[in-house]
Amino acid sequence: MPKQFEILYREELVPKTVLFNVYAPLAARAMQAGQFIILRVTEKGERIPISISGWDSEKGTVRIILMAAGRTSTEATLLQVGDCFQDIVGPLGRRSHVEELPGTVVVIGGGYGTGAILPTARDMKALGNKVIGIIGARSDNLLLLEDEMSDICDEVFITTNDGSKGIQGFVTHALEQIVNRETVSYVLAVGPVPMMKAVSEMTRPLKIQTWVSLNAIMVDGTGMCGACRCTVGDKTRFACIHGPDFNGHEVDFAELVARQKMFLKEEKIAMDALKIEEVA
Amino acid sequence: MNTLKPKERMQIQRNEMPEQKPEERVHNFNEVPLGFDPEMAVLEATRCLDCKKPECIAGCPVGIDIPGFLNKIVDQDFAGAAAKIRETNFLPAICGRVCPQDQQCELVCIVGRKNKPVSIGYLERFVSDYERDNGIRTTPEVAPPTGHSMAVVGSGPAGLTAAYELRKRGHEVTVFEAFHRGGGVLVYGIPRFRLPLEVIDEDIRTLEEMGVKFQYDAIVGKSMTLDELMGPEFGFSSIFLGTGAGLPKMLGIKGENLNGIYSANEYLTRIYMMGALHFPEYVTPIHQGAKVGVIGAGNTAMDVARTAKRMGAEVTVYYRRSREEAPARKEELRHATEEFINFKFLTNPVEFIGDENYTLKAIKCEVMTLAEPDESGRRKPIGTGEFFTEDVDTVVFSLGCNVNPIIAEATPELKTDKWGVVSADRGTLETSKKGVFAGGDIITGGAKVITAMGQAKIAAQAMHDYVMSLEMETA
Repeated sequence: MPKQFEILYREELVPKTVLFNVYAPLAARAMQAGQFIILRVTEKGERIPISISGWDSEKGTVRIILMAAGRTSTEATLLQVGDCFQDIVGPLGRRSHVEELPGTVVVIGGGYGTGAILPTARDMKALGNKVIGIIGARSDNLLLLEDEMSDICDEVFITTNDGSKGIQGFVTHALEQIVNRETVSYVLAVGPVPMMKAVSEMTRPLKIQTWVSLNAIMVDGTGMCGACRCTVGDKTRFACIHGPDFNGHEVDFAELVARQKMFLKEEKIAMDALKIEEVA
Repeated sequence: MNTLKPKERMQIQRNEMPEQKPEERVHNFNEVPLGFDPEMAVLEATRCLDCKKPECIAGCPVGIDIPGFLNKIVDQDFAGAAAKIRETNFLPAICGRVCPQDQQCELVCIVGRKNKPVSIGYLERFVSDYERDNGIRTTPEVAPPTGHSMAVVGSGPAGLTAAYELRKRGHEVTVFEAFHRGGGVLVYGIPRFRLPLEVIDEDIRTLEEMGVKFQYDAIVGKSMTLDELMGPEFGFSSIFLGTGAGLPKMLGIKGENLNGIYSANEYLTRIYMMGALHFPEYVTPIHQGAKVGVIGAGNTAMDVARTAKRMGAEVTVYYRRSREEAPARKEELRHATEEFINFKFLTNPVEFIGDENYTLKAIKCEVMTLAEPDESGRRKPIGTGEFFTEDVDTVVFSLGCNVNPIIAEATPELKTDKWGVVSADRGTLETSKKGVFAGGDIITGGAKVITAMGQAKIAAQAMHDYVMSLEMETA
């Protein structure tokens, strides 16, 4: 029997981006596509939300992908098989919207956001939809989960900024090709904010139902604190309990970007403190 | 035995609690009131008239035998006094610190008619601290096993009380808590200078010693439904919901999502639950500027203002009514005033002004005036049409909370009002879902620690009766 929050599998998918399978039975038992967990790495650590790329309710495991960016995600990626997270709590947030649709479903993953679209893609496929995946990265060697996407989707488009694989450019270039070719009924985009914004801007005039998953800063993740509030359709919403998925055409992305930078100064201090600890 | 005549007792002046000086305490997070010593406690308890019809007991939401425990203090039996309180109140060290005694027991104290009332709250705190400091607290007795398991959801004041009352009656009890530690609002919503962590942790430890299990990192309503908790997998006979009112009310004015604006919950959670006051040793950050504005004048607003002061800011409280109407305990208002907090009464924020980076720069307010009292006797604030703007770096709003929607959303049978407050039977506190009971802010929408505890006690008794009657039915 694994220990609580023990890492059972670890794989560095691309530099600085690590996939973990973690024993967290309460999080795994009722997980649904689009939901997320909150984790802590150490006893004095902060709580950060992480989207889920898969789970096994029977075995009690959740699969998460972390990219070393700030203090906590960096600490997390250093963990090895047999180590334990301090805490994993979930499932949090609402399930991604899924339905049977007349037109094509397009799921778009940018960078580490690719993991989060897999479960929804699978649900959409199971409902009988035609599902096309788009995964984008800066370069060929940073592409994530290409094989798994190919297994689920009817077709997968690859885009790289430097043209080292697939279409040169952004995920919107692939999306443009798809909407010019066939009727698209639904788009889900998960990844960096500029990518989600660009996708939403593109689908708005085409009136395609578009969902984006907001990676806001959170503390408790249960609606208690409001750190993750965002403006959607001119209303204040909490990403943790009302989302994380929202209508991309209604999200105030500029505000979201600004709010993600709220603790930039402190983030640097915390990062420096980690480096000092490592040296010591 | 209190040998003094009532007249003599009336002549003893109320013992004021020694406190840290304001100039000192704004630089630390230690408790402000320093506590009575035994001598002061005995003298203060001697002031009790031991009335034939003690109104203080009726004034206490959990009906503590106040003259009973005061008499034990007079006899210098401090452990006996603590035991006396614990017959009705499991959390005296907490209540002695956070209860609004000036609106409850001490408000109706007969001594208070001619002199100042007996310091019931300070004495409650004294005996429970004495017990803890001297290591003489004993684990409460647990009745023989009933064979029933009870689930308690939430580990705040309601949850802890329900767990105690249920375990005492011999039931197996598991407390489910969403956070990584216990205490709920006592930890994330009340500053350490009002309620030290060791006070809360000692009560949690006592429950563990009694055999109560705590399951942290568990979200009931997300990880499992209430039906699943009462089904074969988990096997609980009954559930107590004490999940509180964790959903901050927003101002609904322009600019409320600018960087630099926090809800009181977020601000206090970062600092106290997550340890941001020890950043970067604790990794959770808080970003606070030199000038902090606090909106609201309840206890939580005072907690925020006094915390911000300790974090080094110049602090102003904005409140749309006058000092008279401020809902905070008198002591909290006094402490805040002593600690150089500025108050702007009859001031209603109408807009937050930010820069091009979505960072808060200023607050715009309307000057208010009070209308004549309405039918409820409350004077409504009305705008004067006069506005002013002032610079501010950080704003924390403390306007109360709505009920957290997670469990109700996952449980369609659970009836709520239009604000999401869970409906419960007045007598038993059973909800519209059979076997599920509730207490605390989840059924009131927001009240006091002691109110939540009183409801938890009622619900626990009703849950006990409920599971025992189930046995009768099957037998």
